Amino acid sequence: MASAASLPLPAPAGRLRLFAFNAVPVAVVALAVILLWYAGAVWLNADLQIDTFARAGKTDWTTSDLIAATWAQDRPLLPAPHQVLAELWKTTVEMDIGSKRSLIYHSSVTLSSTLLGFVAGGLLGVLLAVGIVHVRVLEKSLLPWVIASQTIPILAIAPMIIVVLGALGLKGLIPKSVISTYLCFFPVTIGMVKGLRAPDLLQMDLMRTYYASTAQTFWKLRWPTALPFLFASLKVAISISLVGAIIAELPTGAQAGLGARLLAGSYYGQTIQIWSALVMAALLASLLVALVGLIEGAVTRAMGGRR
Amino acid sequence: MSLPASRDDTAPAPRGLVVDIQNLSLTFETKDGPVYALSEVNLEIARGDFVSFIGPSGCGKTTLLRVIADLERATAGTISVNGMTPAAARMERSYGYVFQAAALYPWRSIERNVTLPLEIMGLPAAERRLRAKKYLDLVNLSGFERKFPWQLSGGMQQRASIARALCFEPDLLLMDEPFGALDEIVRDHLNEQLLRLWDKTGKTVVFVTHSIPEAVFLSSKIVVMSPRPGRIIDVIESDFPRDRSLDIRETPEFLKIAHRVREGLRAGHAYED
Repeated sequence: MASAASLPLPAPAGRLRLFAFNAVPVAVVALAVILLWYAGAVWLNADLQIDTFARAGKTDWTTSDLIAATWAQDRPLLPAPHQVLAELWKTTVEMDIGSKRSLIYHSSVTLSSTLLGFVAGGLLGVLLAVGIVHVRVLEKSLLPWVIASQTIPILAIAPMIIVVLGALGLKGLIPKSVISTYLCFFPVTIGMVKGLRAPDLLQMDLMRTYYASTAQTFWKLRWPTALPFLFASLKVAISISLVGAIIAELPTGAQAGLGARLLAGSYYGQTIQIWSALVMAALLASLLVALVGLIEGAVTRAMGGRR
Repeated sequence: MSLPASRDDTAPAPRGLVVDIQNLSLTFETKDGPVYALSEVNLEIARGDFVSFIGPSGCGKTTLLRVIADLERATAGTISVNGMTPAAARMERSYGYVFQAAALYPWRSIERNVTLPLEIMGLPAAERRLRAKKYLDLVNLSGFERKFPWQLSGGMQQRASIARALCFEPDLLLMDEPFGALDEIVRDHLNEQLLRLWDKTGKTVVFVTHSIPEAVFLSSKIVVMSPRPGRIIDVIESDFPRDRSLDIRETPEFLKIAHRVREGLRAGHAYED
């Protein structure tokens, strides 16, 4: 009988080569985006800059003067990447975290409702999926409502949710996270309905031969089978939970949060402030998705590594 | 479990029957009309028997095994397993079932796959570990407890699934083409091991196959089946010693039984056309 217990593991050299292979396209794409951004800034800001030169009576400007000036306006149509970076640096590293102008402070406000909404939405999504998978009639009766709920534009329904919850005495964090929940339960439900039904017939028959209860079949078969689906859904859910939290801050005239920062920026034409809030939101979303990915990696390793 | 002292097959008392099937039929109702999967099947399986169901695809051999396991319900006739209805026998966990594929859960280590039925039956962890060790030993998989299924070859995975079927110590083992997906050499090897296991434990084995040599080599009773409708056309008793080796495949007795099986299968096909 074969007894070869040693198994081939990926060689470190192979992993290094893979890394090098990935690094080049990543750098190329990043560089292209930055170059396009700079070019876009010149193109979009040039008209305004030519006007400014004319009003200042300056006529002897060269193309390089114009380009340099379009990258250094106070309120450009499209700020250049280094302007956004400088604003980000100023409002995160240099500013006191307690300050009303600190982006860290605003991010943390948005993050708290994002996470609360995500946890609630994740739980709701899983519960709905468990119900739909186990109770036949729920699929017909519940699923259409779940899908219909997502066809309503969130921008239209967000103010109403906030007004209704406000009338019930709920203000601040809760109404914001309700909107996050509203958005992020959906991918979890859809993913988990699929995932909880993913065990193949043989695996299900095996449970039947053991006379396993529904709960045992759930915990020992359906749930572990569904976990890869859950993590895929959670990655979508956590990023749209952040979108939901930002949207929720727009109609309320919230005093704090990335949404409030966007709103204030657009009131006063502070495009650099808007863009730095946008970049911050994007960074935050990537960070959150990466965090879910990290947990997924740990869980996958605990569950045998290769699936 | 105790080994049967002696096997006197001449007149098995009804009480000694592990499986008793009388006039059993199973019809699937489909959109295109009824499909007669099993028709008027009569079969008695005594304690300690090694029974093979052999026949072409669609002859109902797997369906018959699934009826014994209460994974399908007969539409007519009677069947008892260990003197109970198949449903009651399933509730009592009276049989271990080995599928065509190993059906190991990929997120569980080999040990935790083997102890899955014990977890479901609520055995304490210490006992579970002991049983896993005992039955992984029995199928020659000691040392693979912590490996995951993907780290094992197909034959090793199937052996692990046999350990899983044995570890809660059922008297009856139902095997549905367990070695069908494996190559000839591994298959011969596992056949020998299975035979030794049967000899050692005295379990009753019901084995589905479409290989004539496999059926003749393993069985004390060969049930030849034929399709449309699925039915039994011949039951062949064979009395090779329990500790036979692969060499018996060269003997005239073996070839004679193999010939009779082949004739039966051929007759079944002629009937159909």
